[in-house]
Amino acid sequence: MKKRLKDYGINFLAVVLSYLALRVIMYNGLINNYVQGVVVFAMINIIVAISLNIATGLLGQLALGHAGFMAVGAYTAGLFVKAVEYPLYIEMIMALILAGLAAGLSGLIIGIPALRLRGDYLGIVTLGFGEMIRYTIINLGDITGGASGLKRIPKMVGLNEVFIVLVIVITFVFLFIKSRHGRAIISIRENEIAAESIGIPTTFYKVYGFFISAFIAGVGGGLFAMYQRYLTPEKFRFMFSVELFIIVVFGGMGSITGTIFAGVFLAFLTEKLYEYDEVRLIIYAIMLILLMIFKSDGLLGRHEFSLVQTPRRIKNLFNKIKDRFKKGVA
Amino acid sequence: MSLLETKNLGIAFGGLRAVDNFSINIKEGELLGLIGPNGAGKTTIFNMLTGVYLPTEGSIYIDGKKINGKKPFQIVKMGIGRTFQNIRLFANLTVIENVKIAFHKDMTYNTFTGIFRLPKYWKEEDEITTKALELLSLFDMENDAENMAKNLPYGKQRKLEICRALATNPKLLLLDEPAAGMNPQETKELMETIHFIRDKFKVTVLLIEHDMNLVMGICERLVVIDYGMIIAKGTPDEIKSNKKVIEAYLGS
Repeated sequence: MKKRLKDYGINFLAVVLSYLALRVIMYNGLINNYVQGVVVFAMINIIVAISLNIATGLLGQLALGHAGFMAVGAYTAGLFVKAVEYPLYIEMIMALILAGLAAGLSGLIIGIPALRLRGDYLGIVTLGFGEMIRYTIINLGDITGGASGLKRIPKMVGLNEVFIVLVIVITFVFLFIKSRHGRAIISIRENEIAAESIGIPTTFYKVYGFFISAFIAGVGGGLFAMYQRYLTPEKFRFMFSVELFIIVVFGGMGSITGTIFAGVFLAFLTEKLYEYDEVRLIIYAIMLILLMIFKSDGLLGRHEFSLVQTPRRIKNLFNKIKDRFKKGVA
Repeated sequence: MSLLETKNLGIAFGGLRAVDNFSINIKEGELLGLIGPNGAGKTTIFNMLTGVYLPTEGSIYIDGKKINGKKPFQIVKMGIGRTFQNIRLFANLTVIENVKIAFHKDMTYNTFTGIFRLPKYWKEEDEITTKALELLSLFDMENDAENMAKNLPYGKQRKLEICRALATNPKLLLLDEPAAGMNPQETKELMETIHFIRDKFKVTVLLIEHDMNLVMGICERLVVIDYGMIIAKGTPDEIKSNKKVIEAYLGS
Protein backbone atom coordinates (compact mmCIF):
# COMPACT_ATOMS: atom_id res chain seq x y z
CA MET A 1 0.00 0.00 0.00
CA LYS A 2 2.80 2.40 0.93
CA LYS A 3 4.62 1.71 -2.31
CA ARG A 4 1.46 2.38 -4.27
CA LEU A 5 0.98 5.74 -2.62
CA LYS A 6 4.62 6.58 -3.31
CA ASP A 7 4.22 5.70 -6.98
CA TYR A 8 1.13 7.85 -7.31
CA GLY A 9 2.92 10.60 -5.41
CA ILE A 10 5.82 10.65 -7.86
CA ASN A 11 3.49 11.02 -10.80
CA PHE A 12 1.41 13.67 -9.08
CA LEU A 13 4.54 15.61 -8.23
CA ALA A 14 5.68 15.43 -11.84
CA VAL A 15 2.37 16.86 -13.03
CA VAL A 16 2.54 19.72 -10.54
CA LEU A 17 6.13 20.46 -11.46
CA SER A 18 5.46 20.51 -15.18
CA TYR A 19 2.53 22.83 -14.58
CA LEU A 20 4.67 25.15 -12.47
CA ALA A 21 7.37 25.12 -15.12
CA LEU A 22 4.81 26.12 -17.71
CA ARG A 23 3.57 28.97 -15.49
CA VAL A 24 7.04 30.25 -14.71
CA ILE A 25 7.91 30.36 -18.36
CA MET A 26 4.73 32.27 -19.08
CA TYR A 27 5.10 34.79 -16.25
CA ASN A 28 8.63 35.61 -17.24
CA GLY A 29 7.32 36.52 -20.62
CA LEU A 30 9.46 33.92 -22.28
CA ILE A 31 6.52 32.85 -24.36
CA ASN A 32 4.00 35.19 -25.89
CA ASN A 33 0.35 34.65 -26.69
CA TYR A 34 1.20 33.21 -30.04
CA VAL A 35 3.35 30.47 -28.58
CA GLN A 36 0.72 29.87 -25.94
CA GLY A 37 -1.75 29.19 -28.74
CA VAL A 38 0.63 26.69 -30.25
CA VAL A 39 0.97 24.93 -26.91
CA VAL A 40 -2.80 24.80 -26.40
CA PHE A 41 -3.46 23.37 -29.85
CA ALA A 42 -0.69 20.84 -29.30
CA MET A 43 -2.37 19.75 -26.07
CA ILE A 44 -5.76 19.45 -27.78
CA ASN A 45 -4.20 17.43 -30.59
CA ILE A 46 -2.62 15.18 -27.98
CA ILE A 47 -5.99 14.59 -26.33
CA VAL A 48 -7.57 13.57 -29.62
CA ALA A 49 -4.52 11.53 -30.63
CA ILE A 50 -4.74 9.66 -27.32
CA SER A 51 -8.37 8.89 -28.05
CA LEU A 52 -7.35 7.59 -31.47
CA ASN A 53 -4.64 5.52 -29.81
CA ILE A 54 -7.29 3.85 -27.65
CA ALA A 55 -9.12 2.69 -30.77
CA THR A 56 -6.10 1.73 -32.86
CA GLY A 57 -3.33 0.98 -30.38
CA LEU A 58 -5.24 -0.61 -27.54
CA LEU A 59 -8.33 -2.03 -29.17
CA GLY A 60 -6.48 -2.76 -32.40
CA GLN A 61 -9.11 -1.44 -34.78
CA LEU A 62 -8.13 0.80 -37.66
CA ALA A 63 -10.11 4.02 -37.26
CA LEU A 64 -9.63 6.89 -39.69
CA GLY A 65 -12.54 9.13 -38.77
CA HIS A 66 -11.53 10.74 -35.51
CA ALA A 67 -11.69 14.22 -36.97
CA GLY A 68 -15.40 13.46 -37.35
CA PHE A 69 -15.87 12.61 -33.67
CA MET A 70 -13.90 15.69 -32.75
CA ALA A 71 -16.18 17.75 -34.99
CA VAL A 72 -19.27 16.38 -33.29
CA GLY A 73 -17.82 17.33 -29.91
CA ALA A 74 -16.69 20.74 -31.10
CA TYR A 75 -20.02 21.74 -32.58
CA THR A 76 -21.97 20.35 -29.63
CA ALA A 77 -19.87 22.35 -27.17
CA GLY A 78 -19.90 25.42 -29.39
CA LEU A 79 -23.65 25.45 -29.81
CA PHE A 80 -24.18 24.70 -26.13
CA VAL A 81 -22.08 27.54 -24.78
CA LYS A 82 -23.62 29.93 -27.29
CA ALA A 83 -27.11 28.98 -26.20
CA VAL A 84 -26.88 28.97 -22.40
CA GLU A 85 -25.56 31.23 -19.69
CA TYR A 86 -24.28 29.54 -16.51
CA PRO A 87 -21.38 30.29 -14.20
CA LEU A 88 -18.18 29.92 -16.21
CA TYR A 89 -16.76 26.66 -14.89
CA ILE A 90 -20.09 24.89 -14.59
CA GLU A 91 -20.89 25.79 -18.16
CA MET A 92 -17.46 24.67 -19.32
CA ILE A 93 -17.67 21.31 -17.59
CA MET A 94 -21.20 20.73 -18.83
CA ALA A 95 -20.14 21.63 -22.36
CA LEU A 96 -17.24 19.20 -22.24
CA ILE A 97 -19.37 16.37 -20.90
CA LEU A 98 -22.03 17.03 -23.51
CA ALA A 99 -19.39 17.18 -26.23
CA GLY A 100 -18.03 13.83 -25.07
CA LEU A 101 -21.45 12.23 -24.88
CA ALA A 102 -22.49 13.46 -28.32
CA ALA A 103 -19.27 12.16 -29.86
CA GLY A 104 -19.56 8.94 -27.87
CA LEU A 105 -23.08 8.45 -29.14
CA SER A 106 -21.96 8.91 -32.72
CA GLY A 107 -19.18 6.45 -31.90
CA LEU A 108 -21.81 3.92 -30.85
CA ILE A 109 -23.89 4.54 -33.96
CA ILE A 110 -20.93 3.88 -36.22
CA GLY A 111 -19.29 1.30 -33.98
CA ILE A 112 -22.11 -1.18 -33.47
CA PRO A 113 -22.47 -2.03 -37.16
CA ALA A 114 -18.92 -1.22 -38.30
CA LEU A 115 -16.94 -3.11 -35.65
CA ARG A 116 -18.03 -6.35 -37.27
CA LEU A 117 -15.62 -5.42 -40.02
CA ARG A 118 -11.91 -5.92 -39.76
CA GLY A 119 -8.81 -4.00 -40.73
CA ASP A 120 -9.01 -2.02 -43.95
CA TYR A 121 -12.78 -2.33 -44.20
CA LEU A 122 -13.32 -0.75 -40.82
CA GLY A 123 -10.85 1.96 -41.81
CA ILE A 124 -12.82 2.75 -44.94
CA VAL A 125 -16.14 2.85 -43.09
CA THR A 126 -14.82 5.17 -40.36
CA LEU A 127 -13.18 7.35 -42.99
CA GLY A 128 -16.49 7.64 -44.80
CA PHE A 129 -18.27 8.34 -41.56
CA GLY A 130 -15.91 11.21 -40.75
CA GLU A 131 -16.67 12.78 -44.10
CA MET A 132 -20.39 12.21 -43.59
CA ILE A 133 -20.27 14.18 -40.37
CA ARG A 134 -18.48 17.02 -42.11
CA TYR A 135 -21.04 17.18 -44.89
CA THR A 136 -23.89 16.98 -42.41
CA ILE A 137 -22.41 19.99 -40.64
CA ILE A 138 -22.07 21.87 -43.93
CA ASN A 139 -25.65 21.10 -44.90
CA LEU A 140 -27.16 21.96 -41.54
CA GLY A 141 -26.36 25.59 -42.25
CA ASP A 142 -29.18 26.97 -40.12
CA ILE A 143 -27.80 25.43 -36.97
CA THR A 144 -24.09 25.09 -37.57
CA GLY A 145 -23.40 28.05 -39.80
CA GLY A 146 -22.66 25.73 -42.72
CA ALA A 147 -19.50 26.14 -44.74
CA SER A 148 -18.87 29.65 -43.45
CA GLY A 149 -18.56 28.28 -39.95
CA LEU A 150 -19.87 28.74 -36.42
CA LYS A 151 -18.81 32.16 -35.15
CA ARG A 152 -18.70 34.06 -31.88
CA ILE A 153 -18.43 31.16 -29.49
CA PRO A 154 -17.73 32.59 -26.03
CA LYS A 155 -14.18 32.01 -24.88
CA MET A 156 -14.43 29.50 -22.07
CA VAL A 157 -11.01 27.90 -21.75
CA GLY A 158 -7.40 28.96 -21.67
CA LEU A 159 -4.09 27.25 -21.20
CA ASN A 160 -4.85 26.29 -17.60
CA GLU A 161 -8.13 24.57 -18.32
CA VAL A 162 -6.78 22.71 -21.33
CA PHE A 163 -3.78 21.57 -19.29
CA ILE A 164 -6.01 20.29 -16.50
CA VAL A 165 -8.28 18.44 -18.91
CA LEU A 166 -5.25 16.92 -20.60
CA VAL A 167 -3.94 15.68 -17.26
CA ILE A 168 -7.36 14.28 -16.36
CA VAL A 169 -7.63 12.49 -19.71
CA ILE A 170 -4.15 10.97 -19.44
CA THR A 171 -4.77 9.88 -15.84
CA PHE A 172 -8.15 8.43 -16.76
CA VAL A 173 -6.72 6.47 -19.67
CA PHE A 174 -3.83 5.07 -17.62
CA LEU A 175 -6.04 4.01 -14.75
CA PHE A 176 -8.45 2.52 -17.24
CA ILE A 177 -5.77 0.47 -19.00
CA LYS A 178 -4.67 -1.06 -15.72
CA SER A 179 -8.15 -2.23 -14.82
CA ARG A 180 -9.93 -5.38 -15.90
CA HIS A 181 -11.79 -3.47 -18.60
CA GLY A 182 -8.59 -2.10 -20.07
CA ARG A 183 -7.00 -5.54 -20.03
CA ALA A 184 -10.02 -6.98 -21.81
CA ILE A 185 -9.68 -4.34 -24.52
CA ILE A 186 -5.97 -5.00 -24.96
CA SER A 187 -6.59 -8.74 -25.15
CA ILE A 188 -8.83 -8.10 -28.17
CA ARG A 189 -5.94 -6.35 -29.90
CA GLU A 190 -3.64 -9.22 -29.09
CA ASN A 191 -5.86 -12.05 -30.19
CA GLU A 192 -9.58 -11.75 -30.53
CA ILE A 193 -10.29 -15.47 -30.77
CA ALA A 194 -8.22 -16.25 -27.69
CA ALA A 195 -9.86 -13.40 -25.79
CA GLU A 196 -13.27 -14.84 -26.53
CA SER A 197 -12.12 -18.33 -25.56
CA ILE A 198 -11.30 -17.20 -22.03
CA GLY A 199 -14.58 -15.46 -21.44
CA ILE A 200 -14.14 -11.89 -22.70
CA PRO A 201 -17.33 -10.61 -24.34
CA THR A 202 -15.42 -9.21 -27.30
CA THR A 203 -18.27 -7.51 -29.11
CA PHE A 204 -19.21 -5.59 -25.99
CA TYR A 205 -15.66 -4.48 -25.30
CA LYS A 206 -15.05 -3.42 -28.87
CA VAL A 207 -18.07 -1.17 -28.81
CA TYR A 208 -17.19 0.03 -25.31
CA GLY A 209 -13.61 0.85 -26.29
CA PHE A 210 -14.83 2.66 -29.35
CA PHE A 211 -17.28 4.64 -27.23
CA ILE A 212 -14.55 5.76 -24.84
CA SER A 213 -12.32 6.66 -27.74
CA ALA A 214 -15.04 8.75 -29.39
CA PHE A 215 -15.93 10.33 -26.04
CA ILE A 216 -12.40 11.61 -25.47
CA ALA A 217 -12.17 12.83 -29.06
CA GLY A 218 -15.38 14.76 -28.40
CA VAL A 219 -13.91 16.33 -25.26
CA GLY A 220 -10.90 17.39 -27.31
CA GLY A 221 -13.26 18.90 -29.86
CA GLY A 222 -15.13 20.74 -27.12
CA LEU A 223 -11.91 22.29 -25.87
CA PHE A 224 -11.02 23.27 -29.39
CA ALA A 225 -14.35 25.03 -29.91
CA MET A 226 -14.15 26.95 -26.65
CA TYR A 227 -10.56 28.03 -27.19
CA GLN A 228 -10.65 28.83 -30.89
CA ARG A 229 -14.10 30.49 -30.64
CA TYR A 230 -14.67 29.82 -34.29
CA LEU A 231 -15.40 26.53 -36.08
CA THR A 232 -15.40 25.62 -39.73
CA PRO A 233 -16.05 22.20 -41.22
CA GLU A 234 -12.82 22.65 -43.19
CA LYS A 235 -10.78 22.01 -40.05
CA PHE A 236 -12.17 18.48 -39.71
CA ARG A 237 -11.17 17.20 -43.10
CA PHE A 238 -9.88 13.72 -43.69
CA MET A 239 -6.33 15.08 -43.69
CA PHE A 240 -6.75 16.07 -40.07
CA SER A 241 -7.63 12.48 -39.18
CA VAL A 242 -4.46 11.48 -40.97
CA GLU A 243 -2.43 14.01 -39.01
CA LEU A 244 -3.78 12.54 -35.79
CA PHE A 245 -2.93 9.12 -37.10
CA ILE A 246 0.63 10.24 -37.82
CA ILE A 247 0.99 11.35 -34.19
CA VAL A 248 -0.18 7.93 -33.00
CA VAL A 249 2.03 5.97 -35.39
CA PHE A 250 4.97 8.19 -34.58
CA GLY A 251 4.68 7.71 -30.86
CA GLY A 252 3.93 4.04 -31.11
CA MET A 253 0.55 2.38 -31.39
CA GLY A 254 -0.53 1.33 -27.94
CA SER A 255 1.76 3.71 -26.09
CA ILE A 256 -0.03 6.65 -24.49
CA THR A 257 3.21 8.31 -23.40
CA GLY A 258 4.53 7.82 -26.92
CA THR A 259 1.55 9.75 -28.24
CA ILE A 260 2.29 12.58 -25.83
CA PHE A 261 5.94 12.84 -26.87
CA ALA A 262 5.08 12.59 -30.55
CA GLY A 263 2.32 15.18 -30.16
CA VAL A 264 4.68 17.70 -28.59
CA PHE A 265 7.44 16.98 -31.06
CA LEU A 266 5.25 17.21 -34.16
CA ALA A 267 3.53 20.38 -32.90
CA PHE A 268 6.85 22.17 -32.65
CA LEU A 269 8.06 20.76 -35.91
CA THR A 270 4.92 21.97 -37.65
CA GLU A 271 5.46 25.36 -36.09
CA LYS A 272 9.07 25.55 -37.26
CA LEU A 273 8.05 24.53 -40.75
CA TYR A 274 5.19 26.99 -40.86
CA GLU A 275 6.84 29.12 -43.53
CA TYR A 276 7.47 26.17 -45.79
CA ASP A 277 4.05 24.61 -45.78
CA GLU A 278 4.56 22.67 -49.03
CA VAL A 279 7.66 20.99 -47.68
CA ARG A 280 6.02 20.10 -44.40
CA LEU A 281 4.16 17.04 -45.60
CA ILE A 282 7.22 15.86 -47.51
CA ILE A 283 9.26 16.07 -44.34
CA TYR A 284 6.51 14.23 -42.45
CA ALA A 285 6.57 11.53 -45.10
CA ILE A 286 10.34 11.19 -45.01
CA MET A 287 10.28 10.97 -41.21
CA LEU A 288 7.60 8.31 -41.31
CA ILE A 289 9.51 6.29 -43.88
CA LEU A 290 12.68 6.50 -41.80
CA LEU A 291 10.72 5.51 -38.73
CA MET A 292 9.15 2.54 -40.50
CA ILE A 293 12.58 1.36 -41.61
CA PHE A 294 14.44 1.78 -38.35
CA LYS A 295 11.78 1.46 -35.69
CA SER A 296 8.62 0.14 -37.24
CA ASP A 297 6.51 0.24 -34.11
CA GLY A 298 7.02 3.94 -33.38
CA LEU A 299 9.16 5.83 -30.92
CA LEU A 300 8.13 3.89 -27.84
CA GLY A 301 6.57 0.86 -29.47
CA ARG A 302 4.02 -0.53 -27.08
CA HIS A 303 5.99 0.51 -24.02
CA GLU A 304 5.04 3.28 -21.69
CA PHE A 305 7.43 5.79 -20.28
CA SER A 306 6.87 5.76 -16.54
CA LEU A 307 8.52 7.89 -13.91
CA VAL A 308 8.36 4.93 -11.57
CA GLN A 309 9.13 1.99 -13.82
CA THR A 310 11.51 3.42 -16.38
CA PRO A 311 14.29 4.35 -13.91
CA ARG A 312 14.02 0.85 -12.43
CA ARG A 313 14.26 -0.67 -15.87
CA ILE A 314 17.26 1.48 -16.78
CA LYS A 315 18.92 0.48 -13.53
CA ASN A 316 18.33 -3.19 -14.33
CA LEU A 317 19.75 -2.69 -17.79
CA PHE A 318 22.86 -1.04 -16.36
CA ASN A 319 23.33 -3.92 -13.94
CA LYS A 320 23.03 -6.39 -16.76
CA ILE A 321 25.59 -4.54 -18.84
CA LYS A 322 27.89 -4.36 -15.83
CA ASP A 323 27.54 -8.10 -15.28
CA ARG A 324 28.30 -8.83 -18.87
CA PHE A 325 31.27 -6.53 -18.74
CA LYS A 326 32.61 -8.21 -15.63
CA LYS A 327 32.20 -11.61 -17.23
CA GLY A 328 33.99 -10.33 -20.29
CA VAL A 329 36.91 -9.17 -18.18
CA ALA A 330 37.09 -12.43 -16.29
CA MET B 1 -24.23 -38.18 -14.75
CA SER B 2 -22.29 -37.16 -17.79
CA LEU B 3 -20.59 -33.80 -17.86
CA LEU B 4 -20.75 -33.26 -21.58
CA GLU B 5 -23.25 -34.81 -23.90
CA THR B 6 -23.71 -34.23 -27.58
CA LYS B 7 -26.64 -35.57 -29.52
CA ASN B 8 -26.46 -36.03 -33.29
CA LEU B 9 -24.24 -33.00 -33.58
CA GLY B 10 -23.57 -31.91 -37.13
CA ILE B 11 -22.42 -28.97 -39.15
CA ALA B 12 -22.46 -28.28 -42.84
CA PHE B 13 -20.47 -25.59 -44.61
CA GLY B 14 -22.56 -25.10 -47.73
CA GLY B 15 -22.78 -28.55 -49.23
CA LEU B 16 -19.91 -29.98 -47.21
CA ARG B 17 -20.91 -31.99 -44.17
CA ALA B 18 -17.86 -31.45 -42.02
CA VAL B 19 -19.26 -33.29 -39.01
CA ASP B 20 -22.25 -35.56 -38.99
CA ASN B 21 -24.18 -37.38 -36.33
CA PHE B 22 -21.58 -36.87 -33.63
CA SER B 23 -22.85 -38.20 -30.31
CA ILE B 24 -20.60 -38.63 -27.30
CA ASN B 25 -20.88 -38.77 -23.57
CA ILE B 26 -18.09 -37.62 -21.31
CA LYS B 27 -18.23 -38.54 -17.67
CA GLU B 28 -16.87 -36.32 -14.97
CA GLY B 29 -13.15 -36.79 -14.38
CA GLU B 30 -12.60 -38.66 -17.58
CA LEU B 31 -9.64 -38.25 -19.90
CA LEU B 32 -10.96 -38.77 -23.37
CA GLY B 33 -9.02 -38.66 -26.63
CA LEU B 34 -10.42 -37.59 -29.95
CA ILE B 35 -8.35 -38.86 -32.83
CA GLY B 36 -8.64 -39.16 -36.56
CA PRO B 37 -6.73 -38.41 -39.75
CA ASN B 38 -6.08 -34.84 -40.89
CA GLY B 39 -9.23 -33.08 -42.01
CA ALA B 40 -11.50 -35.53 -40.21
CA GLY B 41 -13.29 -32.69 -38.38
CA LYS B 42 -11.74 -32.79 -34.93
CA THR B 43 -11.06 -29.10 -34.57
CA THR B 44 -14.46 -28.35 -36.07
CA ILE B 45 -15.99 -30.33 -33.22
CA PHE B 46 -14.00 -28.25 -30.72
CA ASN B 47 -15.18 -25.10 -32.38
CA MET B 48 -18.78 -26.22 -32.08
CA LEU B 49 -18.36 -27.16 -28.42
CA THR B 50 -16.90 -23.74 -27.63
CA GLY B 51 -19.43 -21.77 -29.62
CA VAL B 52 -17.10 -20.55 -32.35
CA TYR B 53 -19.20 -22.38 -34.94
CA LEU B 54 -22.92 -22.75 -34.69
CA PRO B 55 -23.92 -26.39 -35.25
CA THR B 56 -26.48 -26.81 -38.02
CA GLU B 57 -28.06 -29.75 -36.25
CA GLY B 58 -28.05 -31.63 -32.98
CA SER B 59 -27.47 -30.33 -29.50
CA ILE B 60 -24.77 -30.00 -26.86
CA TYR B 61 -25.39 -30.26 -23.14
CA ILE B 62 -23.03 -29.48 -20.33
CA ASP B 63 -24.24 -30.59 -16.90
CA GLY B 64 -27.61 -31.15 -18.52
CA LYS B 65 -27.84 -27.56 -19.73
CA LYS B 66 -28.09 -26.92 -23.43
CA ILE B 67 -25.34 -24.68 -24.74
CA ASN B 68 -25.69 -24.49 -28.47
CA GLY B 69 -26.50 -21.04 -29.70
CA LYS B 70 -24.62 -19.48 -26.83
CA LYS B 71 -21.70 -17.12 -27.43
CA PRO B 72 -18.16 -18.36 -26.75
CA PHE B 73 -17.74 -16.16 -23.67
CA GLN B 74 -21.01 -17.48 -22.23
CA ILE B 75 -19.87 -21.03 -22.78
CA VAL B 76 -16.64 -20.27 -20.92
CA LYS B 77 -18.79 -19.21 -17.97
CA MET B 78 -20.58 -22.54 -18.11
CA GLY B 79 -17.30 -24.35 -17.68
CA ILE B 80 -15.57 -25.16 -20.95
CA GLY B 81 -11.98 -23.99 -21.39
CA ARG B 82 -9.82 -24.62 -24.41
CA THR B 83 -6.41 -24.29 -25.99
CA PHE B 84 -5.62 -23.94 -29.66
CA GLN B 85 -3.76 -26.04 -32.18
CA ASN B 86 -1.71 -23.03 -33.26
CA ILE B 87 -0.87 -21.29 -30.01
CA ARG B 88 -2.91 -18.17 -29.43
CA LEU B 89 -1.34 -16.26 -26.60
CA PHE B 90 -1.49 -12.54 -25.98
CA ALA B 91 2.03 -12.33 -27.35
CA ASN B 92 2.90 -8.76 -26.44
CA LEU B 93 1.71 -8.99 -22.86
CA THR B 94 3.56 -10.45 -19.92
CA VAL B 95 2.98 -14.00 -18.80
CA ILE B 96 1.12 -12.94 -15.69
CA GLU B 97 -1.10 -10.55 -17.64
CA ASN B 98 -2.04 -13.42 -19.93
CA VAL B 99 -3.31 -15.33 -16.93
CA LYS B 100 -4.90 -12.32 -15.26
CA ILE B 101 -7.05 -11.59 -18.31
CA ALA B 102 -8.53 -15.05 -17.96
CA PHE B 103 -9.86 -14.12 -14.50
CA HIS B 104 -11.95 -11.38 -16.08
CA LYS B 105 -15.25 -13.17 -15.68
CA ASP B 106 -14.70 -13.70 -11.94
CA MET B 107 -14.28 -9.99 -11.31
CA THR B 108 -17.17 -7.67 -10.72
CA TYR B 109 -15.90 -4.13 -10.22
CA ASN B 110 -17.13 -1.59 -12.75
CA THR B 111 -15.31 1.05 -14.76
CA PHE B 112 -15.90 3.75 -12.16
CA THR B 113 -14.43 1.63 -9.36
CA GLY B 114 -11.54 0.76 -11.63
CA ILE B 115 -10.67 4.32 -12.53
CA PHE B 116 -10.98 5.71 -9.02
CA ARG B 117 -9.15 2.74 -7.51
CA LEU B 118 -11.77 2.13 -4.87
CA PRO B 119 -11.08 -0.58 -2.26
CA LYS B 120 -12.97 -3.18 -4.28
CA TYR B 121 -10.52 -2.68 -7.14
CA TRP B 122 -7.51 -3.41 -4.96
CA LYS B 123 -9.22 -6.35 -3.30
CA GLU B 124 -10.10 -8.07 -6.55
CA GLU B 125 -6.86 -7.16 -8.31
CA ASP B 126 -4.72 -8.41 -5.42
CA GLU B 127 -6.78 -11.56 -5.30
CA ILE B 128 -6.24 -12.42 -8.95
CA THR B 129 -2.56 -11.49 -8.82
CA THR B 130 -2.09 -14.01 -6.03
CA LYS B 131 -4.18 -16.58 -7.83
CA ALA B 132 -2.34 -16.06 -11.10
CA LEU B 133 1.05 -16.44 -9.40
CA GLU B 134 -0.12 -19.58 -7.63
CA LEU B 135 -1.29 -21.04 -10.90
CA LEU B 136 1.99 -20.15 -12.61
CA SER B 137 4.04 -21.67 -9.83
CA LEU B 138 2.17 -24.96 -10.24
CA PHE B 139 3.65 -25.03 -13.72
CA ASP B 140 7.09 -23.84 -12.57
CA MET B 141 6.63 -20.60 -14.41
CA GLU B 142 6.51 -18.07 -11.59
CA ASN B 143 9.97 -16.80 -12.57
CA ASP B 144 8.71 -16.02 -16.05
CA ALA B 145 5.79 -13.96 -14.77
CA GLU B 146 7.18 -10.65 -15.98
CA ASN B 147 8.50 -11.93 -19.31
CA MET B 148 6.71 -11.29 -22.55
CA ALA B 149 4.67 -14.28 -23.63
CA LYS B 150 6.23 -14.19 -27.09
CA ASN B 151 9.72 -14.60 -25.62
CA LEU B 152 8.93 -17.90 -23.94
CA PRO B 153 10.29 -21.12 -25.41
CA TYR B 154 7.76 -23.17 -27.32
CA GLY B 155 7.06 -25.73 -24.61
CA LYS B 156 6.39 -23.03 -22.05
CA GLN B 157 4.06 -21.22 -24.42
CA ARG B 158 2.00 -24.39 -24.61
CA LYS B 159 2.01 -24.61 -20.84
CA LEU B 160 1.02 -21.00 -20.50
CA GLU B 161 -1.92 -21.54 -22.80
CA ILE B 162 -3.10 -24.43 -20.65
CA CYS B 163 -2.51 -22.32 -17.58
CA ARG B 164 -4.61 -19.51 -19.01
CA ALA B 165 -7.42 -21.92 -19.88
CA LEU B 166 -7.32 -23.29 -16.32
CA ALA B 167 -7.63 -19.79 -14.92
CA THR B 168 -11.18 -19.67 -16.24
CA ASN B 169 -11.86 -22.52 -13.82
CA PRO B 170 -13.29 -24.96 -16.37
CA LYS B 171 -15.06 -28.21 -15.63
CA LEU B 172 -14.11 -29.48 -19.06
CA LEU B 173 -10.79 -28.67 -20.67
CA LEU B 174 -10.42 -29.05 -24.41
CA LEU B 175 -6.84 -29.45 -25.58
CA ASP B 176 -6.27 -29.13 -29.31
CA GLU B 177 -3.06 -30.99 -30.22
CA PRO B 178 -1.10 -29.98 -27.14
CA ALA B 179 1.94 -31.98 -28.22
CA ALA B 180 2.18 -30.55 -31.72
CA GLY B 181 5.77 -29.60 -32.46
CA MET B 182 7.18 -31.03 -29.26
CA ASN B 183 10.11 -33.38 -29.02
CA PRO B 184 9.70 -36.75 -27.22
CA GLN B 185 11.10 -35.37 -23.97
CA GLU B 186 8.69 -32.41 -24.00
CA THR B 187 5.82 -34.72 -24.89
CA LYS B 188 6.62 -36.87 -21.90
CA GLU B 189 6.57 -33.84 -19.64
CA LEU B 190 3.30 -32.76 -21.17
CA MET B 191 1.73 -36.14 -20.39
CA GLU B 192 2.71 -35.71 -16.78
CA THR B 193 1.33 -32.19 -16.80
CA ILE B 194 -2.02 -33.34 -18.16
CA HIS B 195 -2.28 -36.04 -15.52
CA PHE B 196 -1.34 -33.55 -12.88
CA ILE B 197 -3.94 -31.03 -14.07
CA ARG B 198 -6.67 -33.59 -13.99
CA ASP B 199 -5.90 -34.71 -10.46
CA LYS B 200 -5.17 -31.27 -9.07
CA PHE B 201 -8.02 -29.32 -10.64
CA LYS B 202 -10.54 -32.17 -10.83
CA VAL B 203 -11.09 -31.24 -14.42
CA THR B 204 -12.34 -33.44 -17.21
CA VAL B 205 -10.12 -33.46 -20.28
CA LEU B 206 -10.96 -33.97 -23.91
CA LEU B 207 -7.94 -33.89 -26.15
CA ILE B 208 -7.16 -34.03 -29.81
CA GLU B 209 -3.80 -35.52 -30.58
CA HIS B 210 -1.81 -37.07 -33.36
CA ASP B 211 0.98 -38.37 -31.19
CA MET B 212 -0.17 -41.95 -30.65
CA ASN B 213 2.27 -42.55 -27.81
CA LEU B 214 0.68 -39.72 -25.90
CA VAL B 215 -2.87 -40.69 -26.71
CA MET B 216 -2.45 -44.36 -25.95
CA GLY B 217 -0.46 -43.55 -22.84
CA ILE B 218 -2.91 -41.31 -21.04
CA CYS B 219 -6.40 -41.55 -22.47
CA GLU B 220 -8.85 -43.88 -20.83
CA ARG B 221 -11.19 -43.88 -23.75
CA LEU B 222 -10.84 -42.89 -27.37
CA VAL B 223 -13.23 -41.69 -30.02
CA VAL B 224 -12.04 -42.01 -33.60
CA ILE B 225 -13.57 -39.98 -36.37
CA ASP B 226 -13.05 -39.97 -40.09
CA TYR B 227 -14.80 -37.80 -42.66
CA GLY B 228 -16.81 -36.21 -39.89
CA MET B 229 -18.28 -39.43 -38.55
CA ILE B 230 -17.47 -41.55 -35.56
CA ILE B 231 -15.94 -44.81 -36.74
CA ALA B 232 -14.93 -46.28 -33.42
CA LYS B 233 -15.13 -45.79 -29.67
CA GLY B 234 -13.38 -47.72 -26.95
CA THR B 235 -10.31 -48.23 -24.81
CA PRO B 236 -6.87 -47.68 -26.39
CA ASP B 237 -6.37 -51.44 -26.72
CA GLU B 238 -9.67 -51.93 -28.48
CA ILE B 239 -8.90 -49.04 -30.84
CA LYS B 240 -5.46 -50.38 -31.68
CA SER B 241 -6.95 -53.55 -33.07
CA ASN B 242 -10.00 -51.98 -34.68
CA LYS B 243 -10.05 -52.70 -38.41
CA LYS B 244 -11.83 -49.52 -39.42
CA VAL B 245 -9.35 -47.39 -37.55
CA ILE B 246 -6.39 -49.07 -39.15
CA GLU B 247 -8.01 -48.57 -42.53
CA ALA B 248 -8.66 -44.93 -41.87
CA TYR B 249 -5.09 -44.30 -40.85
CA LEU B 250 -3.26 -46.52 -43.28
CA GLY B 251 -5.70 -46.66 -46.16
CA SER B 252 -7.24 -49.87 -47.38
